[in-house]
Amino acid sequence: MRITREPIYADEPRGVLDAVRRHVVSYLARVGRCVRLAAEALAYAPYVLAHRDSRRTMIAQLYVTGIRTLPVITVVGVFTGMIMGLQVGLALRRFSQEAYLGATVMLTLVREMGPFVTGICLSACVGSAMAAELGTMTVNDEVAALEIMHIPPVRYLVAPRLAALVAMSPLLAFYACVLGVMGGGLVGYTQLNVDFSQYMASAMSMATVKDVYVGLFKATVFGLVIGAVSCHEGFKSTLGAVGVGRATQRSVIVSFLLILTLGYVITRLFYLDFLP
Amino acid sequence: MIEFENVVKRFGRKEVLSGVSFTVAKGEVVALLGPSGTGKSVLLKHVVGLLAPTSGSVTVAPDAHVGYLFQGGALLAWLTVWENVALPLRETTDLSEAEIARRVDDALAAVELTESADKYPAEISGGMVKRAGLARAVVCQADVVLYDEPTSGLDPVTSATIHRLIKRLNATRGITSVVVTHDVLGALSFADRILMLKDGRVLADAKPADFVKSVVPEVREFIASAKGEDL
Repeated sequence: MRITREPIYADEPRGVLDAVRRHVVSYLARVGRCVRLAAEALAYAPYVLAHRDSRRTMIAQLYVTGIRTLPVITVVGVFTGMIMGLQVGLALRRFSQEAYLGATVMLTLVREMGPFVTGICLSACVGSAMAAELGTMTVNDEVAALEIMHIPPVRYLVAPRLAALVAMSPLLAFYACVLGVMGGGLVGYTQLNVDFSQYMASAMSMATVKDVYVGLFKATVFGLVIGAVSCHEGFKSTLGAVGVGRATQRSVIVSFLLILTLGYVITRLFYLDFLP
Repeated sequence: MIEFENVVKRFGRKEVLSGVSFTVAKGEVVALLGPSGTGKSVLLKHVVGLLAPTSGSVTVAPDAHVGYLFQGGALLAWLTVWENVALPLRETTDLSEAEIARRVDDALAAVELTESADKYPAEISGGMVKRAGLARAVVCQADVVLYDEPTSGLDPVTSATIHRLIKRLNATRGITSVVVTHDVLGALSFADRILMLKDGRVLADAKPADFVKSVVPEVREFIASAKGEDL
């Protein structure tokens, strides 16, 4: 996949309909390029694992993605659980059903909120930095230099980053879920008079292995999406610092939107039998 | 080695190159001069396929290894100078580490940068970044090196060093060079031939001795302004 492209100049749209059509086509083309970028980067995964320098880059990216985001994920995970515990607990109290607090918090976190908040954190902390880094490299001709040296930028730059995000995203989502459940239990115990062991028993009784698998799968897909979108937007940067800023902003917006929509689609696919 | 045949390049409605034709022979050092915005860098990007002509053709000898020195050096910030130079060898060849080390050391010695091998790009001067970029361009035994304004933003002494390196690499390794520059006096010192572009056309194509005697008003004006003279 060629990264360095010629600028595209288009005439002014002929009316509103033409402008809308062009936006739709442009959006679909962007999604298509992201999918192609992700597919090509995944095809390079064996190379990344076998080649010493790429492995080194991937380990560095694992550190950036996994370790440096831990403080943020910790805070977000705990407080997501605490907020859910409080809101759900107050609602359940009206019906004297506080005993189900653990189950509700656990299911919501494992199925939806754990992967979701992890995706949002990774997009904001890691994806934006990736887009800015690759964007700066693009406007400084470093990506063009790689192509002239016959070093595929997708293999050298994208594959290790994508591999790190795909590997770390489910682990961080699991970590966020564990902390969230603990946070919910803390709120239940201190403010709603729910016994912690009862809370944990309720939590463990409702979550199934399928819930965990679907949650981890969702987080893996989010990691892939964040990596592909961020790298793609970075490579599309033009116009110097302004362009890099726009690319960073676009990478976060597109990742957020895709995390939300794909989150729904995956839930619908895996829990279809529970729906009317 | 390189042949441009009636190359036209348009960006949208703007025509940047308007039927450019010239050839560069093997082992030649050609300087491309001209005011800003006349398509010099665009022309260079056609040689490596970063841009494609709207019409006309660009032909490069099929067995030629082409190196490219970007205006800003285009070094990777997280690699040392040594690692940057070794990058194309590590990523595109099966050479042993010992052979890579030998070639990288040779390339760094050729651009007089051995002592800064372990430094990162942010720790060295602009002139050294360009020399490191040049070492990276020639380390794969390039037959052709394209220089995009190699002396822009450099002081006269460092510029003279770069010009000397261009000439030396041509003399010792037989590297064909195409140099985009605004530095008329520098071009007169290192080039075998000078091409001047204006408004997307080749205005002059001559040896340095003939170039300074050109009767074309735009060429005379360009030379005079470089010397700080009034016409």
